[in-house]
Amino acid sequence: MSLPDYEYLPHPADVRFRAFGNTLEEVFEHSALAMFNVIINDISNIKHERSVDIELESDGIDNLLYNYLSELLFQFEVEEIIFGEFHIDSIIQADTGYILKGRAMGEDIDLTRHAFETEVKAVTYHQLSVTKEYVGYSTHVIVDT
Amino acid sequence: MTKPSDIVQKVEENLYEVPMDFQEGMRVPGRILVSHKLMNDLEIGTLHQTANVAALPGIQKYSLAMPDAHFGYGFPIGGVAAFDATEGVISPGGVGFDINCGVRILRTDLEIQEVRPRIKELMNKLFTAIPSGVGSKSKLRVSDSELDDAFNLGASWAVEQGYGVETDILHCEDNGFIDAADPAKVSDKARKRGKPQFGTLGSGNHFLEVQEVDKIYEPEIAKLFGIREGTVTVMIHCGSRGAGHQICTDYLQVMEQASKKYGIDLPDKQLACAPADSREGQDYFKAMAAGANYAWANRQVITHWVRETFQNVFNKDAEELGMDLVYDVAHNVAKLEEHEIDGKKKEVYVHRKGATRAFPAGHKDVPTVYRSVGQPVLIPGSMGTPSYILHGAERSMELTFGSACHGAGRVMGRGEAKRKFRGEVLEKQLADKGIHVRATHPSMLAEEAPEVYKSSSEVVNVVHDLNIARKVVRVRPMGVAKG
Repeated sequence: MSLPDYEYLPHPADVRFRAFGNTLEEVFEHSALAMFNVIINDISNIKHERSVDIELESDGIDNLLYNYLSELLFQFEVEEIIFGEFHIDSIIQADTGYILKGRAMGEDIDLTRHAFETEVKAVTYHQLSVTKEYVGYSTHVIVDT
Repeated sequence: MTKPSDIVQKVEENLYEVPMDFQEGMRVPGRILVSHKLMNDLEIGTLHQTANVAALPGIQKYSLAMPDAHFGYGFPIGGVAAFDATEGVISPGGVGFDINCGVRILRTDLEIQEVRPRIKELMNKLFTAIPSGVGSKSKLRVSDSELDDAFNLGASWAVEQGYGVETDILHCEDNGFIDAADPAKVSDKARKRGKPQFGTLGSGNHFLEVQEVDKIYEPEIAKLFGIREGTVTVMIHCGSRGAGHQICTDYLQVMEQASKKYGIDLPDKQLACAPADSREGQDYFKAMAAGANYAWANRQVITHWVRETFQNVFNKDAEELGMDLVYDVAHNVAKLEEHEIDGKKKEVYVHRKGATRAFPAGHKDVPTVYRSVGQPVLIPGSMGTPSYILHGAERSMELTFGSACHGAGRVMGRGEAKRKFRGEVLEKQLADKGIHVRATHPSMLAEEAPEVYKSSSEVVNVVHDLNIARKVVRVRPMGVAKG
């Protein structure tokens, strides 16, 4: 049985999800998909007309995930792009911490076509984790909605 | 399975204590304000979060949870805690991402029967005039220096720009600004998110509501608040938008490092904090104050558009319509206040996360006009349930650092709500009750269905019965605009 890319778990107020991946890069991509699927339901229908390069550095892997998802929220609001696909070239462990390189693809926000579901205000640190599993990795994230 | 009722000890009716031995590291007991009935809605996680807060350095007296409290992140939503100004800490997790998410209420001289036949038109026009929802664009264009001024001055910046009148400022908590604000402590990212969203309502639980005055409990106080039976009020609920969200996001990382640097043992990473008098602690406080001021300016700008829309629909100017601001309160904020602790006056940073200030009669921070009765305390219900206006009462300083609850409090997650309710059906059900709803998307309605909240009446009764804040007026929704 294969694991889903991500799944939502119950939470009384906010949105909580787990994502799975064979590699760190993949589990980060799936985490981003899980978060944007909260914002817009029909994420798979988003065109890939624009892309934003993402390069980040953090001292720990949990912080890298927090930074990565927070950066995507920032880009979504400021560049006014709704993202539908996330690609991470590499997550490398260096002396100072972890370095992520990748990009996010999507299209201009168009309120006549995009039916937004829920505003994600921010990524929380509460129970945030990136875990090495027997096979691959999983993440656990709660976003404030 | 252990239930909260197995853990807490009754202090008096509606007041329960979480003992110090509940969780390791607690420096003070927890205190939960809850009725017997609401105890069933209380989650064990809320008790754990209250206990986690009780473990932070410099906490005074109790870690509190208001009657609408529910499980959040870091502090519970509905959490109140005060920390010594020198030996305590400041924590962004005790304020939340939506800095100064708050509520204001406007009175009017409009009679219910004048408004009812035009409610649909009114809500449609309000919905157009005040941008709301994810990705919505503001009509307001501010320069960098104007944004700085708003960060510094709050509501009075907006009034200076022509969005409102002088008396509006006098009717805001602390005159609609925190003077500790320093825009230099706000990141470029927070500015970039805040600029285009200035003058937008947001989404989720944020709303704009036209209400009918349904019941008056204290006629004399209601009169002082300018509220008359049979008339219509307007409630605005929103916050600091992306500016506040980003300030919190930025400083959580700063605080995470600071917690390690200052050797603060954290039961939850979201409680990341710094000593109140450290550079990191003060930087956050100054940035948070700027975010809070942005929110006051935002509500002020929206107020102006509300008045314009009413003028346009009823063909009278706002003055003739009597659209005065009754009061504006912050629901998510940290404030440097003086409180009596063990018989001595002390400066403390009071964190209110999903809680309202409820200062009683005679307090110097209550506007002169209301000082004889205490500040108005505004507690919104949900889309279909009543909201309440209370006044800060005698025991608030003794029991809750001058605080009360902030709303009904969720009992159901957004995902579950969407599975359970259909927006279109809800819209129809509310219309049958005479409540006209406008929303950007039907699923927004499902998320905010009245059933996903605790009973606002039950919640309000707890603070009323404890004599923290007493009921003055009940209002019911006639029209709701949601993002």
